Amino acid sequence: MAHMTMVKALNLALREALQEDGTTLIIGQDVGQDEGVFRVTEGLLRDFGADRVVDFPVAESAIVGLGVGLCIAGFKPICEMQFSGFGYHGFHQVESHASRFRNRTRGRFTCPMVIRMPYGGGIRAIEHHSESREAIWAHLPGLKLVIPSGPRNARALLRASILDPDPVMFYEPKACYRAFKEEVPDEPETMEIGRAEVVRSGSDVTIISYGASMRPVIEGADELDEEYNIDAELIDLLSLVPLDTETIMQSIRKTGRCVVVHEAPRNCGPAAEIIARIVENSLMYLEAPIERVTGYDLVLPFFNNERPYMPDAQKVVTAARKVVDF
Amino acid sequence: MPRAKIKLENYVESISILDQDGKVDADLEPKLSKEELLRLYRAMLLGRRYDERMLRLQRQGRIGTYGPALGQEAASMGPAFVMRPDDWFIPSFREPAATLYRGWPMEKLILWWGGNEEGSTPPKGCRDLPICVPVASQVPVAAGIAWGCKLSNDGSIAVAFVGDGGTSEGDFHEGLNCAAAFGLPLVLIVQNNQWAISLPRARQTASKTLAQKAIGYGINGIQADGNDILAMVVAAREAVDRARNGGGPTLIEAITYRLGVHTTADDPTKYRSSEEVETWKPRDPLLRFGKYVLDKGVLDEKGRVALEEEITAEIAAAVEHAEAFEPKVAEPFYHCFAQMPNHLQAQLAEFQASLGASDEAEAADRESNGELSSNIETY
Repeated sequence: MAHMTMVKALNLALREALQEDGTTLIIGQDVGQDEGVFRVTEGLLRDFGADRVVDFPVAESAIVGLGVGLCIAGFKPICEMQFSGFGYHGFHQVESHASRFRNRTRGRFTCPMVIRMPYGGGIRAIEHHSESREAIWAHLPGLKLVIPSGPRNARALLRASILDPDPVMFYEPKACYRAFKEEVPDEPETMEIGRAEVVRSGSDVTIISYGASMRPVIEGADELDEEYNIDAELIDLLSLVPLDTETIMQSIRKTGRCVVVHEAPRNCGPAAEIIARIVENSLMYLEAPIERVTGYDLVLPFFNNERPYMPDAQKVVTAARKVVDF
Repeated sequence: MPRAKIKLENYVESISILDQDGKVDADLEPKLSKEELLRLYRAMLLGRRYDERMLRLQRQGRIGTYGPALGQEAASMGPAFVMRPDDWFIPSFREPAATLYRGWPMEKLILWWGGNEEGSTPPKGCRDLPICVPVASQVPVAAGIAWGCKLSNDGSIAVAFVGDGGTSEGDFHEGLNCAAAFGLPLVLIVQNNQWAISLPRARQTASKTLAQKAIGYGINGIQADGNDILAMVVAAREAVDRARNGGGPTLIEAITYRLGVHTTADDPTKYRSSEEVETWKPRDPLLRFGKYVLDKGVLDEKGRVALEEEITAEIAAAVEHAEAFEPKVAEPFYHCFAQMPNHLQAQLAEFQASLGASDEAEAADRESNGELSSNIETY
């Protein structure tokens, strides 16, 4: 076991992948010599060489498009978009090809690629460096969407994503990159993609979230317990596609109350899909309407003003109390 | 400091060998055996007759909207002819002569235009990509395949096609720039058929030629008479050899003409004159090459008639084969992911219920997720 940040955990997963599978390679801007703007690819060029860790021109559509070609030719590219806010240049290639080649060719050509991109605000970055647009990616058939929340699951899920035969969008909460450390096992471990984790068991309300929002959720749950005697069950989704409906429903049927939390804008956000499934599946178990704690339907403000626009423990507490007191 | 013109190492040159009257430049004429010439001619003729048949099938409602490559047979056949079987072929959608020559079953093309994914399913082991619809999006993919060839170090290369309209897309720029920056074994052929649906070439870009865009990426360009199969063979061979020997990509601009419609949903009379079309008809690649093979004693009139009959029969068999195909309507559920996730399993059940008819036969057909249900192997 080693105590490490998410950045180190991601680095570990990438290192393991490059070591174990000679067909893997990392491609992205500044991933090699500069070791990645967040240092996620630290030491990898040095240890694996320029054929395996490739500094790429500023061309996101090409990163994904060449990645698709590499997959067809039998390789496993791990593509990096430097920030999710620049990932839209690559959207077209993901939509048109990466997510479609398996179906288009009935499995003859497939795209076992991973596309990693840092998302989310709260790090005082300039415009376009703080986006949360996971809902856009979640809407594409044929693409998996994985969102870790801490070092241990980041390493396990990145490993699983690289091993996955399908294209995986690996959305990394950059606010968590160095925010805290966790014990990460020395031996490689994976987690099943599409399996949520019940982070804390509880009986009064189910709070569902993922990524960077897990931290305010946990903080909020502590306050709910200490100040209001509300016992919250916390679910970390870990992936949006596939979504672990079973774990969600088991919890809803136990607590009857729900709050869904995400940083992304509210309209057509992931909470809408989660709530729709709860209504389809477990309506009669609900004791109260479901509350959403989300970003607003606005572009996240420039960093000097961003904090109030993001979910925090206070907003989680308010929402949970509302559903419990309904 | 005096101003100076910056000398660029890369260049663009033009090549033309067989003119529209069938006269050949002996200095440039490639040495092709009679068998090779016949093979080339047959492939071009097959492409033409296949196109003509597809247009009729569309009018009869037996396939959907169709995009013919009438007049463009040499532009795709030249490159296909000089490729190795283990090279990768990445078409746009207007390369049927080459596609068929490479061994893609004709019935699959008919199925594709008839709205079946079985038509975009490559035969086992083949290194051909299916038709690519989003314009120029195949260029970065082709560059990535070329990268894979380079990493595999087996001498294979990637040969891709795009149209004059496609050169305006960002993906053309990004893909070719990266291929050149990485020195990848890619040959990119721009079929300049003068029209991107209704936009004439002159309004697509201020560049005098499309070939010169190569210079922007630090590679060489060649502008070939795309209706001259000999020029296309020579230009392509040079580019293919360069790629194979580690010399990086080449951009070939094939000057040709879209004799037909963009697709059958298009009415060219709205944007171009019939006079213009008439000026291009004498430049038809099949006309001049037909004269050439006649002069070379490769094919006489009797042989030509026999060839036409053979091709007619081949096309008829492919049409029959294609029309015997029965799609399995639930197929897409099995090919979205390698393993069908829960949400798709639930949706499949819902879908099957909505079909009404019994799908037990279909369900019994499937032992496990991801298994191909259509008889693609034996098709």
